[in-house]
Amino acid sequence: MSEVRYTDQHEWIRLDGDEATVGITKYAAEALGDVVFVELPASGKAVSAGGEAAVVESVKAASDIYAPAGGTVTSANSALEAAPSKVNEDPEGEGWFFKLKLSNKDEFAKLMDAAAYAKFLESL
Amino acid sequence: MSMNNQGRPSGSGEAFPASIATISGDRGLDHEEGLIFELGHGATGVDLPDVQISESRLGGARRSGAIGLPGLSEPEVIRHYVRLSRKNYAIDSGLYPLGSCTMKHNPRLNEKMARLPGFGDLHPLAPQSTTQGALEAISQLMNWLTTLTGMPAVAMSPKAGAHGELCGLLAIRTAIQARGEDRKRILVPESAHGTNPATAAFAGFTVDEVPALSNGRVDAEALKAKLGPDVAAIMLTNPNTCGLFEGEIVDIAKAVHEAGAYFYCDGANFNAIAGKVRPGDLGIDAMHINLHKTFSTPHGGGGPGAGPVVLSDRLAAYAPIPLLVADKNGFRLIEDAADAPKGAKPFGRMCAFHGQMGMFTRALTYMLSHGRDGVRQASEDAVLSANYILASLKDVMSAPFGDGPCMHEALFDDSFLDGTGVTTLDFAKAMIDEGYHPMTMYFPLVVHGAMLIEPTESESKHSLDRFIHVLRTLATEAREKKTERFAGAPHLAPRRRLDETAAARKPVLRWKPDPLKAAAE
Amino acid sequence: MRYLPLTPDDRRAMLAKIGAADVDALFRDVPKSAVVPVSVFDLPDTQGELAVDRAMSKLAAKNVAASAAPFFCGAGAYKHHVPSAVDHLIQRSEFLTSYTPYQPEIAQGTLQYLFEFQTQVALLTGMEVANASLYDGSTATAEAVLMAQRITKRGKAILSGGLHPHYAETVETVAGLFGPVERTPVTPGSAEDIITLIDDQTACVVVQSPDVFGLIRNLRPIAEAAHAKGALLIAVVTEIVSLGLLEPPGAQGADIVAAEGQSIGNGLNFGGPYVGLFATREKFLRQMPGRLCGETVDAEGRRGFVLTLSTREQHIRREKATSNICTNSGLCTLAFTIHLSLLGEDGLTRLARLNHAKACALADRLAALPGVELVTNAFFNELTVKLPKPAGPIVDALAAKGVIAGVPASRLMKGQDKLLILAATETNTDEDFDALVAALKEAI
Repeated sequence: MSEVRYTDQHEWIRLDGDEATVGITKYAAEALGDVVFVELPASGKAVSAGGEAAVVESVKAASDIYAPAGGTVTSANSALEAAPSKVNEDPEGEGWFFKLKLSNKDEFAKLMDAAAYAKFLESL
Repeated sequence: MSMNNQGRPSGSGEAFPASIATISGDRGLDHEEGLIFELGHGATGVDLPDVQISESRLGGARRSGAIGLPGLSEPEVIRHYVRLSRKNYAIDSGLYPLGSCTMKHNPRLNEKMARLPGFGDLHPLAPQSTTQGALEAISQLMNWLTTLTGMPAVAMSPKAGAHGELCGLLAIRTAIQARGEDRKRILVPESAHGTNPATAAFAGFTVDEVPALSNGRVDAEALKAKLGPDVAAIMLTNPNTCGLFEGEIVDIAKAVHEAGAYFYCDGANFNAIAGKVRPGDLGIDAMHINLHKTFSTPHGGGGPGAGPVVLSDRLAAYAPIPLLVADKNGFRLIEDAADAPKGAKPFGRMCAFHGQMGMFTRALTYMLSHGRDGVRQASEDAVLSANYILASLKDVMSAPFGDGPCMHEALFDDSFLDGTGVTTLDFAKAMIDEGYHPMTMYFPLVVHGAMLIEPTESESKHSLDRFIHVLRTLATEAREKKTERFAGAPHLAPRRRLDETAAARKPVLRWKPDPLKAAAE
Repeated sequence: MRYLPLTPDDRRAMLAKIGAADVDALFRDVPKSAVVPVSVFDLPDTQGELAVDRAMSKLAAKNVAASAAPFFCGAGAYKHHVPSAVDHLIQRSEFLTSYTPYQPEIAQGTLQYLFEFQTQVALLTGMEVANASLYDGSTATAEAVLMAQRITKRGKAILSGGLHPHYAETVETVAGLFGPVERTPVTPGSAEDIITLIDDQTACVVVQSPDVFGLIRNLRPIAEAAHAKGALLIAVVTEIVSLGLLEPPGAQGADIVAAEGQSIGNGLNFGGPYVGLFATREKFLRQMPGRLCGETVDAEGRRGFVLTLSTREQHIRREKATSNICTNSGLCTLAFTIHLSLLGEDGLTRLARLNHAKACALADRLAALPGVELVTNAFFNELTVKLPKPAGPIVDALAAKGVIAGVPASRLMKGQDKLLILAATETNTDEDFDALVAALKEAI
């Protein structure tokens, strides 16, 4: 069974067994506006929790996407390169960015769950 | 009495509905115009002899294919670019309140002087005995810049403001190395122009942001707390990008110097204080001066600029080549670091040749025309006009930093639009329909929905009053939720809003021949 | 003061509205001690147009304009005839006094010519995409090296000894912060062996053609060798008219072209403003510095143009931008675009042939002088000769006689004292050649 967690930088991370999928939240996708470009990490790249892992760009903004937890990139959603609009259309589904093999699942466990993230959004 | 017996109608006729499609696609004076590549081939706008050449001296490098350029006569080319020109807003046609950009009047005498053959038709490497007047003009301009800023030296070669920032930071970097130190961090307020952090990174430094206070000034305490042995410099704009003077600047400079760092001032807003306040008196070590802002060289649709950098005694020795020196034989350019006079340790070279001479002659003409009293009056009028706008709009728009006074630009945020559904962007675009260029929007970043208005000293009171009336009415209508004007504005410009998302997702950055048409031909 | 519209009455009324006693009250945030009286500035007061015109004209008259003498200077800046229409059009208020086109609805004029400019530069250089200009050829070259360092994630740049020394110094000053910049020895009149220096640490090789001595270089083998090691070839062109006759760098495998566009549409201006041309392959687009204009449609579906891919730039990306550049060469790009539109395909190729023919004539005349040796044998419109004596004093002596004989190599580099670099363009006449040859004969 998969579990989803959130960061205060508006990334989501879903854990399925050993592998985690990372994307940006619906809130972040709406705040960015129309996404026009994504820069994805190469497979095999090691990332640390909070480290820069990808870039997402709208017309007027460029934002770094941070790895919610440390690990090794196993694959990236190359479909976004041709169709970055998927990030707006389905940010928490088809608009995922990359998959990670986590090095420390405790980092995942410490992140916000859906209820905590919803509360966090209300506080903004 | 004479009768109208030609049958010529004397009335103005029925109103022509604005929505009707014209046959040509043009609408009166507003012509649709294709790309130059779509207009014609085979003609030419210059008459040149058709000289045949042998290939023996081309090293086998002759071009094998055609270039792909069109071919048009002079009248066709002139009509094309005249038609394009009519799709542009310009200072000469209206108030251009772009904050931080200083769209002031560009005197035409400056254009004439820059085109004198002795300046415009002068080669940078011509024998120096034949360029003494040009070197003297540069020397005069240097004197104006160092005198107005109260600084001992100036590097003339930087080609624009950002290039000047780079020059200043490279001088700082070299000075730090000369002390045998290694300092990597540069403090930049979050309200800074984007060029500041970009330049710091470009010069190999890391950027550390300093927060702003709720009064729009940099947090001097936070800044001082960040100072340390690894801090190379601070980059501060003063007056800052919120249009406010950083009153603690002398204290800040003192703390920066005590920490062994340098004070770089972004001089983009020097036009607010020129002739009244000398940056050298404030403890600044380096500051670029945008000649295209403060000294009115034309913006030209995005350039060219010029960004000379004044330097304090602590940095003067590191100014880049070329250096201009004068002796009994006249003026001389030092173009090689190995020939530098004693004590000079140039950090390198910013560009080929000696800077933006065409901008120097314009700026010098501006200064000679204004004189020291006119430069001061211009600064005072710019500040007066901005405060007049602030005072006249603050009750209907929202000024985030109180009642003022401001310096040369008035900053508003979008809180007056709360609940109206109108955004800063809509508000600005509605100004286009009213015949105005929008103000600077969404900058500085420290204010939500920022609108930064810089009227400059070039507007009459009549012009300011008319502008104020339009903005007051727009603000009032927005607050009364009369939003028709705003939705989808502009309605009356040569183009409606453009699809920037499509442009960025699938970039089309050049014309290409239509493959079907090419095949048919 | 004729440029300031506010009257004393206006100022009083405005101060009253603000509620300030005087204008100094508006400067109350400035430390009192920092506000100085105008008398502190040892500078003149306001002058009328006539007086300023006289003062500036007096300075200008102390110079010898290129068109006022037989004139042969090149080395990165070239004397060409610019059609009258160019200067007339760029002085139209709508072009001259507009800002960077950030509001595309009312800046289509600027945006469309930038799009035309980008297309012209891509066509001329044989590259896929070009930007909306940089400051000049030298800073464009430095930006190209930085871009190559970003793309390859390597530091080392190898500069050909034939690269204009000012360009090489500009590159060293900026790119030297991010990796070693090595210059090959200067080999006037021949190509150095740059290929064997390329290794797997090399980000890029920078080669100018025609080089600073006027020599046309073959870029193809260098491109192949660079690519084999994962490095990029940066081709530099200082005389853009040459591409009317010569194979473009794009066709020879260049990855980035950095060029000076002054020769088309722009005067000599004692070194600036000029116009930096910058072109590359589409796959490197997002690493490119500078503004880009792109085609799109407006809300009614009509074609229009906007600045695009701005997220590379400093105003959005700040410290992560591809460059710190903001202001570019706007009006100089317009001059370039209009002049090239007037020339067209036929005009540019004719102009290029004419330049080459003039240079051939110059070469023949100089080679016939006893003691003068032609150093450059394959050239476009610029060549180098070796004189029997140091060239610097000879150029000065000829200048005193009203002949501007060219650029002594010693003005640009050490150790090449007898070399003289001369350019011939469509502006040179047979009388110019006669005057040069006669004066030179006497001086040597």
